[in-house]
Amino acid sequence: MASVVHVMERYESGSGLKKALAMSRQDVIRQVRESSIRGRGGAGFPTAVKWNLCAAAQFHKKFLVCNADEGEPGTFKDRLLLAERTDVLFDGITIGGYAIGAKLGVIYLRAEYAYMREGLEARLAERRAAGLLGKKVLGTDLEFDIEIRMGAGAYVCGEETALIESLEGSRGEPRNRPPYPVNTGLVGAPTSVNNVETLIACAHILAKGADWFCRHGTDVSTGTKLLSISGDCRKPGVYEVAWGITVREILKLVEGQGAKAVQVGGASGRTVPAAQFDRKLGFEDLSTGGSVIVIGPQRDMLDVAENFLEFFVEESCGQCTPCREGNPKLLEGVHLLKNGRCSIGYLRELQSLGRTMQIASKCGLGQSSANAFLDITEHFRSEILGRVPGGKE
Amino acid sequence: MLATERESLRREIAELAEKYEHKRDGMMPILEAIQEKYRYISDFAMQEVARQLGVFPTEVYGVVSFYSFLSTEPKGRFVIRLCRTLSCDFAGKKEVARQLQNELGIRFGETTSDRMFTLEYCNCLGMCDHGPAMLVNNDVYTLVHPEMVSEIIDKYRRTFGPAQQLVAGGHHG
Repeated sequence: MASVVHVMERYESGSGLKKALAMSRQDVIRQVRESSIRGRGGAGFPTAVKWNLCAAAQFHKKFLVCNADEGEPGTFKDRLLLAERTDVLFDGITIGGYAIGAKLGVIYLRAEYAYMREGLEARLAERRAAGLLGKKVLGTDLEFDIEIRMGAGAYVCGEETALIESLEGSRGEPRNRPPYPVNTGLVGAPTSVNNVETLIACAHILAKGADWFCRHGTDVSTGTKLLSISGDCRKPGVYEVAWGITVREILKLVEGQGAKAVQVGGASGRTVPAAQFDRKLGFEDLSTGGSVIVIGPQRDMLDVAENFLEFFVEESCGQCTPCREGNPKLLEGVHLLKNGRCSIGYLRELQSLGRTMQIASKCGLGQSSANAFLDITEHFRSEILGRVPGGKE
Repeated sequence: MLATERESLRREIAELAEKYEHKRDGMMPILEAIQEKYRYISDFAMQEVARQLGVFPTEVYGVVSFYSFLSTEPKGRFVIRLCRTLSCDFAGKKEVARQLQNELGIRFGETTSDRMFTLEYCNCLGMCDHGPAMLVNNDVYTLVHPEMVSEIIDKYRRTFGPAQQLVAGGHHG
């Protein structure tokens, strides 16, 4: 039976960084490439490709940005990592900075985690004093420092180009891509934006090797993943599992058997009905930044859809029409369904609108905001159609 | 705003802008500092930030109005943000929300008349395994139960509130 693993727990402080600095930049990137690690924030872009493009870009300065704007509903693994794996993270940021040729790493910390800032700053000061940051990192020629910048409460800033806009002092509105940040990022400089968990995993990969990393997971999704599990289960929390674990196995792990659905990937993820609990987590099937919300049999799926859509209506940056106008329409549709006043013809139109949003929105937020609505209206039809206003009976 | 207050605000913004070399990318930390101290960013402050950074005031307004932790209206000394996300909802957010409104005598989005508390919803606080969760300024509270609400509020009233205002609030829901 697949279960919890603890491969990312043991890390001798500084070991990954020491090994990385003894290698050439290209070799660091090669090792990351051999591990086949893909971004842990949710989008799953191969980290080595990002670093390589950024390293190859010709410019007088570059930045490594650590995305600590963990805002996907139901995700809390970065909170734990920031608090308990601080040094491994700083190692990872420094390794990434070395690989791409940056002198500054910027941590974009979400405003909701402001209470962690002091501790992180103190740790950074200790690292400067210990020679792990500064003009000569570990006595080598590497000059590198890390700075913390705060977010101000905007979910969309988790999207890398919106995050960069925010760092530049603008509204967090995603940019058109290309150009990609690896080319034209923070203040026009090549920038690699990586998730907290990705950077920590890279520190482990440098310390223990790509083979060690590939021992876990599947061919397409190598390594392990931290899952933030909450909702209707007896043992919520952060779990490290190998990619490829099934939804059913997760439910067993957290004692959430009897669930009627599981939300994988947060509000922007997929709603998996009980009939599909044998689906696997991984980039080949259920891709996720780690959010798993267990939905018990007593819950109303329209409440779930309503909660997520209210979230997207509020967090849409308003820049592109499909997302700005589409989400309020879908939310209105949920209200119609709740009151038993939605014809099947109109529901079909809303579903078509949702699919249009998936292809026509500018960024990941809009492209994924209709997912839960589409999944719920497809898999839970008997539950949501023909309701009597004011109650289900 | 009094002329002397304006003057000191102007000086503060000038100092902050100096620290960030009058660069546009200093905008967020400058605004965050003003928000923290004054609990809102006034029209005057936005104009000053714009002047110091060499951008149009409307751009500063655009930024302030975009982020939920920045505001153009004065907030209370303590901003209570209750997480409205699904896991906290499952864990009993609604009951906590009702009790908060009862204790404070205001609805969500409002500020108490003594300017002590602002009550708001916020999106995921990353405390989903310990919901319901809420923030009071930068303090985080987890596994909040309606029973705890008045205790938490009283704690802030006692620590910072003027004595004569202790009786205010908490009488209508």
